[in-house]
Amino acid sequence: MDVGARRDLLLVHRMTPLLEVQDLHVTYYSRTGAAIPALAGLSFDLRSCEILGVLGESGSGKSTLATALVRLPSANGKIEKGTVTFEGQNLLRATPRELEKIRGGRIALIFQEPSLALHPTLPAGEQVSDVLAAHKSLSRKALREKTWQLFADLFPGAESRRIADSYPHQLSGGQRQRVLLAQAIACRPSLIVADEPTASLDPITQQEILSLFRTLRLQLNLSIILITHNPALLVGLADRVLVMYAGRVAEIGPTRDVLSSPRHPYTRALLRCLPSPFDGDLGGRKMKLPLIPGELRRSTQLTGGCEFEPRCTERMDVCTTRAPALVALSEAHNVSCFKYGG
Amino acid sequence: MEPLLRAENLVKQYADRPLGEMREVTALAGVSLSIYAGKITALVGESGSGKSTLALCLACLERPSSGSIWFEGRDITALGEDEQRRVRPKLQLVFQDPAGSLNPRLTALEIVSEPLMIQQRFRRQESCERARALLERVGIPGEKAGQRPDEFSGGQRQRLAIARALALEPKLLILDEALAALDCSVQAQIANLLLELQSSLGLTCLFITHDFAMAAHLADEIGVMDHGRIVELGAAEKILRAPENKATLSQLAATARFRRIANPLAVL
Repeated sequence: MDVGARRDLLLVHRMTPLLEVQDLHVTYYSRTGAAIPALAGLSFDLRSCEILGVLGESGSGKSTLATALVRLPSANGKIEKGTVTFEGQNLLRATPRELEKIRGGRIALIFQEPSLALHPTLPAGEQVSDVLAAHKSLSRKALREKTWQLFADLFPGAESRRIADSYPHQLSGGQRQRVLLAQAIACRPSLIVADEPTASLDPITQQEILSLFRTLRLQLNLSIILITHNPALLVGLADRVLVMYAGRVAEIGPTRDVLSSPRHPYTRALLRCLPSPFDGDLGGRKMKLPLIPGELRRSTQLTGGCEFEPRCTERMDVCTTRAPALVALSEAHNVSCFKYGG
Repeated sequence: MEPLLRAENLVKQYADRPLGEMREVTALAGVSLSIYAGKITALVGESGSGKSTLALCLACLERPSSGSIWFEGRDITALGEDEQRRVRPKLQLVFQDPAGSLNPRLTALEIVSEPLMIQQRFRRQESCERARALLERVGIPGEKAGQRPDEFSGGQRQRLAIARALALEPKLLILDEALAALDCSVQAQIANLLLELQSSLGLTCLFITHDFAMAAHLADEIGVMDHGRIVELGAAEKILRAPENKATLSQLAATARFRRIANPLAVL
């Protein structure tokens, strides 16, 4: 396929959402019975072949989002309401059998800690072929060849066979993350949800894995939800960024807009506290970093107002009265803050 | 100026058995490093470059295979176990995962006063008072002193770990990836705390990280490690302006740079 045709195809793909999440609520129940809302009415959509960066701090609900999409909340978590429409089907109404096909088949999950996600006493290759075997009926020979092909794709160079025969502890962090990617793409899914996939890696390996995401997206027409707390990772990678706060969308828009002219006070505060020692002739070095006052509230009750209000330096009277709605600043850039209407 | 601590040609080899057969792994292949009092020295490098092994050697928790570490006029690698035990309080280490390095059954106050009592520096009463003051110092208010580690957030746990490390008034605080597990906003809080401790207490700090941006922000001196060696070492400004080594260049290139929004309010 030539470049022009490929681009046209991509454009068509981008018209229809692959995934539509609407008003998703997930609550955790503590042993004492207290209800702790993790997602409190989250809505967004994702187009085909799009990379959406989800930015949030611990406790913002970003990992809950990853598991809720495939209906795998932890034992004390409950999806209360909402819809998750994926390839035209509401996953929250899907039968267990249907879900089995989707998990790992159409939607693949990649977790933060590759050493925990892999089985310690099985060779890497076997763990990838297990995924294939669970979803496709292939002969042993075909299974083996497909697995080897996946390793050859993800580990360019002659060592791919050796890596397939290795146990997880014999591999480096970057190699383990590539094995997880091999598992994820084995069945050619249309969506990969990656929760902090590079958090435990050093920057050079991090960049390698991220550029692999970039390549795979184009080769396989993949959509990727990349969950991270580090905005710097999303520059040059994500098409759009969703900033989460207390289980809701604070801001969503094209990466460029959100990261270079953020509108929500939270996004601004978050970006300001990153060290930027390379700016302005190194003048910013050793300066105190501007902090976000207070802490993310982990309470059992939503306040009824804007959840960021207690920490916000630009709060207004209206902020405590009700939760702000998403306001469209432009076609693609939305903010939930009363400063812009709400 | 005389350095506070000077490592000379440190070599550390481990025996490793990846598939049955013994193999010698060289974690440190001749590291020399000087740490000056009152300065923050950052050590950056890829995973496996030997940073953590160096930290353990400097903290007197691992013996190097060869080489020497000069501290307070003597080579601490040559000391016997008893002597080393007396040196260790002066060289304190803070690890990446505070959840794994704090005793879950002790309260914050007990965690910070424990080293004072073990070292028999003070009686219980005074130890507790000092611990309370230290907790305040790192930003844990008195009313939270009775809480246990799992009741604190990740950032507060790391503050607690720093308070414990500072309890014995160490000459050198070694932070091994101490910010890696924290959110950006919490990293900023701890970074500010370190800068504040540097200016108020004259704290000497070895800051080990693979986050070049944070290293560049905090450090007076930067050392770059690659394959068990320090391949470049010098004043932070110099390394940032005119890096010379290939490893430094590739690490700087991989560091996602994030330009501070000049004046965020101005975009409105």
